[in-house]
Amino acid sequence: MSAYDLLIAPFMDYGFMRRALVACLCLALGAAPIGMFLSMRRMSLMGDALSHAVLPGAAIGYLIAGSLSLTAMGIGGLVAGLSVALLAGVVSRMTVLQEDASFASFYLISLAVGVLIVSLRGSNIDLLHVLFGTILAIDNNALILMGVITSVTLVALAVLYRPLVIDCFDPGFLRAVGGRGPLIHALFMLMVVLNLVASFQALGTLMAVGLMMLPAAIAQLWARTLPAMLAISVATAFISGYAGLIISYHLELASGPTIIVSAAALYVASLVVAPSGVMSRYIRRPHLAN
Amino acid sequence: MTNATFAAPAIALENVTVTYNRHPAVHHVSGALTRGSLTAIAGPNGAGKSTLLRAIMGELKPAEGQIDRAIPSRDYGYLPQAADINRRFPVSVIDTVVTGAWKRAGAFGGIGKAERQKASEALVAVGLEGFEARPIGSLSAGQFQRTLFARLLLQDASVIILDEPFTAIDSRTTQDLIDIVLRWHGEGRTVVAVLHDHEQVRAHFPQTLLIAREMIGWGPTEEVMTAQNLRRAQALAERWDDNAPVCEVSA
Repeated sequence: MSAYDLLIAPFMDYGFMRRALVACLCLALGAAPIGMFLSMRRMSLMGDALSHAVLPGAAIGYLIAGSLSLTAMGIGGLVAGLSVALLAGVVSRMTVLQEDASFASFYLISLAVGVLIVSLRGSNIDLLHVLFGTILAIDNNALILMGVITSVTLVALAVLYRPLVIDCFDPGFLRAVGGRGPLIHALFMLMVVLNLVASFQALGTLMAVGLMMLPAAIAQLWARTLPAMLAISVATAFISGYAGLIISYHLELASGPTIIVSAAALYVASLVVAPSGVMSRYIRRPHLAN
Repeated sequence: MTNATFAAPAIALENVTVTYNRHPAVHHVSGALTRGSLTAIAGPNGAGKSTLLRAIMGELKPAEGQIDRAIPSRDYGYLPQAADINRRFPVSVIDTVVTGAWKRAGAFGGIGKAERQKASEALVAVGLEGFEARPIGSLSAGQFQRTLFARLLLQDASVIILDEPFTAIDSRTTQDLIDIVLRWHGEGRTVVAVLHDHEQVRAHFPQTLLIAREMIGWGPTEEVMTAQNLRRAQALAERWDDNAPVCEVSA
C-alpha cells in the first residue's frame, strides 16, 4: 500500500470522508481555542457538563424531525445548552450554590431527560448515535452549520480577545475599569455552547468536549505563552481529527472514538516528553549561574 | 495648586454604612477625600477598611448614606488587597502593564508603540527594567507588586486607591513604591491607601482616617493618630452579636 493509498486516497474516494475532514477542521479552528480559554478560566469540567446539557434539546429536535436530522438536533441542542448555561448562572447568583454545583445538577438532569426522550421513540442505535456522534454521516447542511459556527467563533474571539484575556487572569481589574466582565463571560459561554453544538454533530454528547479539552491540555504542556498555546491546540486538534479518520477508515473502527483516542495518544506522549511534562522532572540539568 | 481647588472634595462620604448580612462593617462614616490629598486609612483587622474602599470603588452599595464622586469611578486606579489575579495565567509582565492603557484603548482600540513605550518606562520607574518578557508566574511577591504599580502608573488615574499595598513586601521595595506614591501626590492626584504600619503613616501621609467600623478620627495625621484614638480603635469588638438590635442612629 502506497503512502497515497494510506493517507490521501480515502478522502479522494469518498465524499463522507471529505466532509468528515472538513468537520474536523472546523472543530479544530473553533472548538480548540474555546477549549483553551475554558481551561484557562478553570472551567474544563464545566464544558463537559454543558456538553451533556445539549442532549435534551437535541433529543427533542430528533423527535420533531423524526429522523437523525442534524440541523434540527443542532438547533434543539443550542436552545437547551443556552438555557442550562443561563439557568446555572441565575441559580448561582440567586442562591448559595456555586456555579459549578448548579451546573452539575443541571447537566445530570439534562442527560437523564435527554436519554429518556431518545428512548421514547428511537432505537438503541439512535441513542448510540446521539451519545457518540456520527461524524461520517455529516451532510452538507450540518457542515454549513459547523462552518458558520466556526466563523462566528473566530470573529468573536478576535474582537473579544483583550477583555477575555484580562477577565481570565485579573477579573477584578476588568471590573474596576468598567470592562463589563459579566457581558464578556456571557458571550464566552454563548461561544462555548455554539461550539459544543458543532462538536455534538461529530462526536456526540459524551465526547463533544474531546477536541476542546485534550488539545488545550496538550498545548499547556508545550507552550508558555497564550498565542503559542492557541496555535498548538488548533494544530493538535486537527492532527487528531485527521489521524483518527485515517486510522478508523483502515482499521474499520468507529470514527468519533478513534479521533478522541488519537488526541489522547498525543496527550499521553506530551505528558511524558513535553517541556512541562513528567520527563523534565527526571532530567537533571545543572543550574545556572544567575 | 491653589487652596480653593485643594479643598474641593474628590469623593465625599455622607453618613455611609456598609453591611454584610445587615451587620455593619462600616458604620456611619462621614467625611471627604479632598482633591490632591494623600490619605492613609488605618485601623485594626476587621475595621472595615477594605470594605470602605470597595464601597468607594462602587463594588459594594452602601446600605445607608451616600458617596458623592466628583471624579467618576472609571477614573480610579484600584489595587485591591491580595488582588484576585491568576498568577499561573501565561501572560508576560509587559502585557500585564499594558492593560493599564484600558482607559485610552478600551476593549478594542489599538495599543501602539507609544503605549508600549510608556509601559516600558513604567517598568523602569518601578525598578523592573529587563523583566518585559517574563511570565507573571515567575515573579516574586515583591516583583509582582512592582508590576501592579507599573500598571497603575500607566493607568494615569486621577484617584488612586491602594489596599494594603506593602503587605509582605520587603523594605527596599516598600521604599521604592512609597516614592511612587509620593510622586503621585506631587502630581496632584488623590491617593488613599490602607496601611498597617503606623510609622509609614506618620512619616509619609498628611491625612489619616482611623476607623474601627465607626469612624474614630479623620484629619491631619498627627491629630488623628494619638495614643488615645489608637486605644479606642483597638477596643473594637470583632465579633458580631447575632441578636444585635436595629441601629437607632438617625441618618
